[in-house]
Amino acid sequence: MSFYTIKALVLRYLYLYTRTPVRIVELIFWPLVHLLVWGYLTRFLQQNVGDDFPHEITFLIGAVILWDILFRAQQGVAIFFLEDVWSRNLLNIFAAPVTNADYLGSTYAVGMMRAGVTSVMLGGLSALLYSFNVFQLSWALIPFVFNLLIFGWALGMISTALIVRWGPAAETLAWAVPFFIQPFAAVYYPVDYLPTALQWVAKLLPCSYVFEGMRDVLKDGVVNWAELGIATGLNVVYLAAAGVLFVRVMNTAREKGLLTKFASQ
Amino acid sequence: MEPPILQVRNLTKKFGNVTSVNGVSFDIADGEILGLLGANGAGKTTVINMVLGIITPTGGHIEVFGKELMANRIEVLRSMNFCSTYTQLPGNLRVWQNLKVFGQIYRVPDLKTRIDEVLEMLEISHLKERVSGELSAGEGTRLNLCKALLNRPRLLLLDEPTASLDPDIADKVRKVVKRIRDEEGTTILYTSHNMRDVEEVCDRVVFMHKGKVLFTGTSKEILHHFEEKSLEDVFIRVARSGDIESNRERKEGGS
Repeated sequence: MSFYTIKALVLRYLYLYTRTPVRIVELIFWPLVHLLVWGYLTRFLQQNVGDDFPHEITFLIGAVILWDILFRAQQGVAIFFLEDVWSRNLLNIFAAPVTNADYLGSTYAVGMMRAGVTSVMLGGLSALLYSFNVFQLSWALIPFVFNLLIFGWALGMISTALIVRWGPAAETLAWAVPFFIQPFAAVYYPVDYLPTALQWVAKLLPCSYVFEGMRDVLKDGVVNWAELGIATGLNVVYLAAAGVLFVRVMNTAREKGLLTKFASQ
Repeated sequence: MEPPILQVRNLTKKFGNVTSVNGVSFDIADGEILGLLGANGAGKTTVINMVLGIITPTGGHIEVFGKELMANRIEVLRSMNFCSTYTQLPGNLRVWQNLKVFGQIYRVPDLKTRIDEVLEMLEISHLKERVSGELSAGEGTRLNLCKALLNRPRLLLLDEPTASLDPDIADKVRKVVKRIRDEEGTTILYTSHNMRDVEEVCDRVVFMHKGKVLFTGTSKEILHHFEEKSLEDVFIRVARSGDIESNRERKEGGS
């Protein structure tokens, strides 16, 4: 892996964003819409459901912020690849001295930057509009964010691998894959509320431990480090498996000439 | 005797039941411009993509700078570059931004100066601040060539660089290609189905048809071999009537 090559690939992405303001809107607009919808829903529930309603209802706002970290990390990887397809630049990149590790490293960096931009914005606005301070999650915020980034990268690699394998018709997977898992990820409700079979699905998803953990911290101020350990272990497995899948699909793409087909679309 | 810069032996590529490249072999000597000539579907671009490692061969062997390609791909690619009419640089970036990104990927020293040099060489210095997507086809091709020249490649692969260009720009591109070889000693593999490209630019030609090499030699040797007056006549005859054996049979049958 070459830091110099990764830096060059990231630079290209930064140029793209500074040259095309509408892409910055995409980074800000949708997360903002989600925050406003869930934020005002939270305020409505707090004021109208009564005192019995749990104070930790603010977890809905925390969930919006943390989910967006996962989503942006996934998008960083998947959209990075599609940008090259859309600009017919794919062959220039893959005919250059760029290893799979360089390419993935740059997508991770871009995913992290995208997540950073939106989480700072959402964190600031949620404090301003709803008095929700994301830093009340304290030190647990670090492993939460770390685990969501890794799982987002893994989902991004899986999305990209599927797009390479199935062709441009599968482009929508770049946006759809995170939402395939969202119902089981316990983002807005506890795992216990899922049917038993789906609870097992949730337990296989590292992000479900993060969202459960966030609710625990907001409710009791206690961090369940054992559960976060399980999430990290699962993430290692997902990241390794996604990496193997990505490399295998790229090898298949080279054998079947899929990269050149993409380039001539 | 100097080892060839590029050595291709018995190169084969099958996509399912279709054989796109069938037992192709050729060498390129240091500083030589070798043309891959053939009709659409002859297998020229597939050969180029295999030399770049974008497509994995089904069989055969490729050595670049005396090194086996796939085992040394990244190292070898640092001293190679390519330009294809089928690729573009990101249209949203300015010309200099695209060149800066690729210059960094290829680790070009003193990049700022080199960007100015290649822009001047291709006569598009005035476009440096322009957005790449706003360039005309000819300007875009010259920008692609700038990218391909940034790292002073020892081996340059050009895939139909004059396709879709008007005669004036195509002529300029051909002159630049010859100048690169003469001034920088670059070895060039040049695919085309444009006879004028091949006659003007290439030292030798590999004539391909349906994935196979029909003949390798200079333009004159090809004309002599096929007993035709122009490469265009050879091209049309081969495209319409099949491979060299069938031509021979036709001639022998007719005599």
